[in-house]
Amino acid sequence: MDSAVPIVEMTGISISFPGVKALDGVDFRMFPGEVHSLMGENGAGKSTLIKALTGVYPIDAGSILLAGQPLLVTGPADSQRAGISTVYQEVNLLTNLSVAENILLGREPRRFGGIHWKEMRERAAAILHRLHLDIDPGSLLGSHSLAVQQLVAIARALDVNAKVLILDEPTSSLDVDEVAELFRVITALKREGVAILFVSHFLDQVYEIADRLTVLRNGSLVGEYRTKEILRIELVHKMIGKDIAVLTDLDTKTRNAVAETTTTIPYLAAVGLGRKGSIDPLDFAIAEGEVVGLAGLLGSGRTELARILSGIDKPDTGELKIEGRTQRLRTARMALKRRIAYSSEDRKREGIIEDLTVRDNIVLALQADRGWFRRIPRRRQDELAASYISALGIRPANPEALVRNLSGGNQQKVLLARWLAIAPRLLILDEPTRGIDVGAKAEIQRLVSNLAEEGMSVVYISAELEEVLRLSHRIVVMRDRKKVADLENDDVTVGQVMTLIASGADE
Amino acid sequence: MNTPQDPKNALASPLASRTGSLVHAAVRSRLVWPAVALIALLVTNVVKSPNFLSIRIQDGHLFGSLIDILRNGAPIVLVALGMTLVIATRGIDLSVGAVVAISGAFALSIIGGSDNPNSMGVVLGAVAASLVFALVLGAWNGLLIAVFGIQPIIATLILMTAGRGIAMLITEGQILTVSSAPYKVIGGGYWFALPASIIIAAALFALVAILTRKTALGMLIESVGINPEASRLAGVSSRVIIFMVYTFSAVCAAIAGLMISSNITAADANSAGLWIEMDAILAVVLGGTSLAGGRYSLTGTLIGAFVIQTLTTTVYSIGIAPEITLVFKALVVIAVVLLQAPRTRAGFARLRSRKGPSVPSAPREKAIVR
Amino acid sequence: MKKILGLALTGALLVSMVGCAAGGGDESGGGGDDELIVGFSQVGAESGWRTANTKDIQGAFEEAGIELKFSDAQGKQENQIKAIRSYIQQQVDVIAFSPVVESGWDTVLNEAKDAGIPVVLTDRAVDSEDDTLYESFLGSDFIIEGERAGAWVLEEFADADVVNVVELQGTTGAAPANDRAQGFRDAIAGEDKFEIIASQTGDFTRAGGKQVMEAFLKSNPDIDLVYAHNDDMGLGAIEAIEAAGLVPGTDIKIVTVDAVKDGMQALADGKINFIVECSPLLGAQLVDIVTTLHDGGSVEKRIVTEETTFTQEQAIEALPDRQY
Repeated sequence: MDSAVPIVEMTGISISFPGVKALDGVDFRMFPGEVHSLMGENGAGKSTLIKALTGVYPIDAGSILLAGQPLLVTGPADSQRAGISTVYQEVNLLTNLSVAENILLGREPRRFGGIHWKEMRERAAAILHRLHLDIDPGSLLGSHSLAVQQLVAIARALDVNAKVLILDEPTSSLDVDEVAELFRVITALKREGVAILFVSHFLDQVYEIADRLTVLRNGSLVGEYRTKEILRIELVHKMIGKDIAVLTDLDTKTRNAVAETTTTIPYLAAVGLGRKGSIDPLDFAIAEGEVVGLAGLLGSGRTELARILSGIDKPDTGELKIEGRTQRLRTARMALKRRIAYSSEDRKREGIIEDLTVRDNIVLALQADRGWFRRIPRRRQDELAASYISALGIRPANPEALVRNLSGGNQQKVLLARWLAIAPRLLILDEPTRGIDVGAKAEIQRLVSNLAEEGMSVVYISAELEEVLRLSHRIVVMRDRKKVADLENDDVTVGQVMTLIASGADE
Repeated sequence: MNTPQDPKNALASPLASRTGSLVHAAVRSRLVWPAVALIALLVTNVVKSPNFLSIRIQDGHLFGSLIDILRNGAPIVLVALGMTLVIATRGIDLSVGAVVAISGAFALSIIGGSDNPNSMGVVLGAVAASLVFALVLGAWNGLLIAVFGIQPIIATLILMTAGRGIAMLITEGQILTVSSAPYKVIGGGYWFALPASIIIAAALFALVAILTRKTALGMLIESVGINPEASRLAGVSSRVIIFMVYTFSAVCAAIAGLMISSNITAADANSAGLWIEMDAILAVVLGGTSLAGGRYSLTGTLIGAFVIQTLTTTVYSIGIAPEITLVFKALVVIAVVLLQAPRTRAGFARLRSRKGPSVPSAPREKAIVR
Repeated sequence: MKKILGLALTGALLVSMVGCAAGGGDESGGGGDDELIVGFSQVGAESGWRTANTKDIQGAFEEAGIELKFSDAQGKQENQIKAIRSYIQQQVDVIAFSPVVESGWDTVLNEAKDAGIPVVLTDRAVDSEDDTLYESFLGSDFIIEGERAGAWVLEEFADADVVNVVELQGTTGAAPANDRAQGFRDAIAGEDKFEIIASQTGDFTRAGGKQVMEAFLKSNPDIDLVYAHNDDMGLGAIEAIEAAGLVPGTDIKIVTVDAVKDGMQALADGKINFIVECSPLLGAQLVDIVTTLHDGGSVEKRIVTEETTFTQEQAIEALPDRQY
């Protein structure tokens, strides 16, 4: 297939943002009828490369050829007209409009100055048929599952006769069957000769669907490979650029730590803690140096419990004791004063201050605790920032870079640094590894187990059960706003927890 | 490829390890056009009357057009100073004009009602009373916004509307003329050969610059302005910060009000500080601080305020017909605002950094600003 | 705002009351024939002059025992139109008002005409082509004021060779600003020695007058005379002149219009040289007009306020009794 002419050929692409060299002389090509996966840790430059191709970012150096011609686009609309369509992670569709309207939004067939509804439905139906998607074009988009919405987004992308289709993390919110459905569609499009760029954090999926891989690391090209010619372990190695042994090492280490845990008086204990419409009254306790995993589906009450423990939401009932003394945490500020830190799952809205520097973001909670008048001396700020940047491996290692210019994984590390800077006794981490890559994930997990060894209590919330099981000494399972189980983590299996989440059979 | 004057590329250079100062350079680069406008206005004046920039000693104090600009600009600088911090928290304070009117009226009514308007004690008492009154008014704004969560534009509109009424009540609808030598100093007098109002404004400006930099106030204000929710979760007392900026804004406006009334030795409840809120907001925006809150630039505000004042003085001194004065002012403001718009700046950056468009180019502001 | 709301509510209430009265077949109106009721809509309370004007009118009507319904338009035409409509609904006997602006009055004035209520304009005119819409316009003639200022200047500078004049204009576009500029220019037109070297608006305020004068003093070294469209701007100019190390009234002569108390004080102190009066005391004349109209008599279409001019001596004499 290498003899074929590439449809997209990007050569020597460089892009810089203030304080960050996002891409440095990267080459990338795509062939018709091929699925190409862009691989790399967060911050490797995947999104930037895609945005360069779709005209969102102008490039500082290099050239982009589309079907042999220089690509001259000044924005996503332009690139779409040139035949490059993109479906983003978050579906940017209007759930209150019909499927047909969503597919043809902005390109509605017109007649007599009005919209030609009949033709619109027919055209939409034809595209849906092409995707073997059996839904009524007139139905409301919002009435369909997220997976179907995702496919509608693809249908919308295809309506413009896309030669190149970019799928950015399309599977992150889909279940197994839905992924299969999506892959069936991708395979069909591949046969039609569409070049598909597939970005995903799930290695299994990449190995299932991709023909070719391009690996980026820190804005530079590592290499381009045929999927069948590269082993997974090699790929991960190339992506994170360090020895894969750290990953396995972590596993044994934490498991060992479990055995050492002793049941002393809990650091924090809650009795009958509840909040109307949020969680039903429950008991919760965590000992010093203990990692408690909170498992449960979205909306099961896991985040809600975390918000109450960290003073953000006020409980209606129950009592909270910290080291045996009754405390009332009415605000996040009060909880922070008691050295309880909560790292929100919503990194963008409730986490980073994107227009401030890495340094400002790291010292923020510590500074807020000291009050506005007693500024942390600049030298101390620099020390703090530098030590966390190196300890957590924040990239770029520039304390004065704006956090908005960092990748998701690095933003997450900055947030961790912010909470660690106040030396918390209890650290509540809500989905700290969501949307970040293997390497960063491993680093954060290792950090958590180290912190616990040093005596910090950690509440760990994650949708990934394997992760929860690997890290936690104890697992609290939530379902329908209730605590359904509280298990010591010795030989608990994913299957057991899954059953609890699904049915709560034990209680 | 990279030219030194292109801040974006300069920053991106891998050699730029000390990016801190360079980030500042980028911030300052937003001030290029307002600064150019300021210089252009001054040059226009010099062309019209060559001795425009000359400053001579008159009765032991400095005298000249530049001094006039600084002195008459002082109230705008003060009001804009408070406004900058308010806007940085994503807020706006429409009530400053009313506070200007109230403080002048209040101080002069106290001085006028006293037995000895020329007594320093009376004047200091009146000034203190005015500032305390303003503190209360600012606290009222702060209370509505920080505690009751009313939108700043609505909350301050209340005082904007009611404030002039309060000032009219104080002056009983008259222009209060009170001749008091010590009071006259604030807006019309001289210290060390310089107009006192310039020294007062400069001192307050320096105080704010130092206070926001040497304490964590500046960072916390920006933090609250950029992401209030995340700031709250990080333990920042946003309420305290917001309350403080509105109170401070009112105090700044009050000092401006004292200056304006002192300058004409009269309190004019109707026209004192009329539209000054708009001038102040304009000064802040010209200075490169976004109305969406977040990062702010005090230096920018200072330049913005003087652009506005110099524009007014220019209109008078180059003899623009009164009928077209407003149009002239609008044209200058539009020119500056357009030139410093992200899109325009990106265009200039491209012109400078690229000899020929070898690659497609898209709006740069997406990468830098949003 | 409350005031407007109150008015609107009163209006609404009265509409229903009038409705009832009409149903009863009584066409004579709510006001009754013997009891005279006048509705007056003031521009606002934007200056000392205006406040004096309001007080004088209220006082004169109280003294004459005539009921006066007073409303303050706060500088907004829409408020004024609302007030006039409410007066029409209340069926007052005469409506008087000082228009906020010159144009846009035809509709509401026609409504008054249809309702048979005579309208008197005070202080400011309207630009309606149909002059049957109002009975009379009582107020100063701003052109004459300008001419009087000009006449004094001609006399004062009779022996001079060249006279450099700077003008501090009122709010751009306002009738007094336009007319005072016009009258003054007409008066000095015959003599070439007068040159208006700079003219700029000071918005009728002291701060405006001071800032403009400061700039004038820097860009024009040889100013002989300041003509200010009102006392306040003149007072501002005095401060600017003093700051420049010159003596107002001596080095630079000043002539202004209005004759409010602060201006008269400056005139008495010799800092202003001459003031043309623009009297806010319209009350007595307005009462006369209203009673004449009510008794079925007719009045002149244009009645000029009784006004004078003041020199320093006259100012010293008049000052103790000056109320505004």
